[in-house]
Amino acid sequence: MASSKEMKEVLFGPIFANNPIALQILGICSALAVTSKMENTLVMCIALTFVVAFSNLFISIIRNHIPSSVRIIVQMTIIASLVIVVDQVLRAYAYSVAKEISVFVALIITNCIVMGRAEAYAMKSPPFMSFLDGLGNGLGYSFVLLVVGFIRELFGSGSLFGTQILPVVSEGGWFQPVGLLVLPPSAFFIIGGIIWVLRTFRPEQVEPKE
Amino acid sequence: MSKKNESLGKTVFVVVALCLVCSIIVAGAAVGLKPLQQKNAALDMQRNVLDAAGILEPGMDVVEIFEQRVATRLVNLNDFATPETADGKNATQYSPRMAAQDPDLSTNLSKSEDIAGIGRREDVAQVYFINNEQGELQTLVVHIRGYGLWGTMYGLLALDSDLNTIRGINFYEHSETPGLGGEIQNPRWAANWEGKKVYGDQLEQVQIDVTKNATDEAHDIDALSGATLTSNGVENLMQYWFSDKAYGPMLDKIRKGELNNG
Repeated sequence: MASSKEMKEVLFGPIFANNPIALQILGICSALAVTSKMENTLVMCIALTFVVAFSNLFISIIRNHIPSSVRIIVQMTIIASLVIVVDQVLRAYAYSVAKEISVFVALIITNCIVMGRAEAYAMKSPPFMSFLDGLGNGLGYSFVLLVVGFIRELFGSGSLFGTQILPVVSEGGWFQPVGLLVLPPSAFFIIGGIIWVLRTFRPEQVEPKE
Repeated sequence: MSKKNESLGKTVFVVVALCLVCSIIVAGAAVGLKPLQQKNAALDMQRNVLDAAGILEPGMDVVEIFEQRVATRLVNLNDFATPETADGKNATQYSPRMAAQDPDLSTNLSKSEDIAGIGRREDVAQVYFINNEQGELQTLVVHIRGYGLWGTMYGLLALDSDLNTIRGINFYEHSETPGLGGEIQNPRWAANWEGKKVYGDQLEQVQIDVTKNATDEAHDIDALSGATLTSNGVENLMQYWFSDKAYGPMLDKIRKGELNNG
């Protein structure tokens, strides 16, 4: 059994030190698409964290029995099944959110974070640690998405979780929404900003000059 | 990794076993959650109907208001019978969209008839009657659909009791370009429709026109900029659904009071 220090590192390391989006630059696609509203962002984060944690767990449990010739397909099958289950659950319990992000939930299958962790970590590590690794990477992804979602919804539409925080001009308030932030490309700038801030405080993340 | 893992037998065994387990889980989730999902879909449609009719307010109890105010009815568009059930389903469960795919329940449209690009039209329409407090018809909501630029646009159109003045329109499903054609879903554009008239004064022809430089106060609706084909699609579907080939005769009958209390 791994020491608790090691467990902590596996679980919390991906949030700042080894963030899947900010350092590994994985899973950007969905980070652009679903972050215009906090509600959608949160649901997407939960969905991805669930999928990556459990796909890591299951793949790790059967890792000694997976023939290496078909290992990618085996991983994909497990991931795809989990994604379908998540999608079905969302449709049953969070219909209005599911309608908006259903496409991106389905695309979790191709999210590089999930495949990347399965191949890089779960294939070599015991189940519990793999589960923690998945959870940690899900949290790292969620951290970036929630920050992006927070900025985009607050300054793009003046609200948070659909509740109006800043009264917008079109409804008689003083706040002029930043139209750019409603559109997906704005997430690029915000993610870029997050990477900049992270690397300012953790200079070891900066790649050496070539 | 042991060598045994790489044998053909083991590979096949692992793959088959995995597929079996995964399919059981996926099928279990799909079947087990289906009733809830259908309930959600029905609730969503009720919300769309109330929205088109302009009586949806945030925070209202959609199910209760819908049951109080809205009577869902089936009308056969060919012989104007008002069956209790169609396709073995009652009025609220019936889906015109599913029926239009079934050759037994729909009519194939010839190329010249099919200006909306829908291929087949269901024989039995699902119509929502919304009465006022005195029990008189206040608003009538009908399904409309037609081909836009990328795919079929599905919507609901609400008419005032004269069955000519538009109360509201709500496209709830489409695949038009976001920001351009996708603006058909924008409430601000939908608000342009309120008060427009589908037919001319004599109720003879569909007059509604989605056009740039809208001039005719009663029938012209400003087209969406950058979305000519979507706008044309909307105009075509209006032309089709309110023509003699679809809802026209039914609306005539309702106007004369022949179908109201059937």
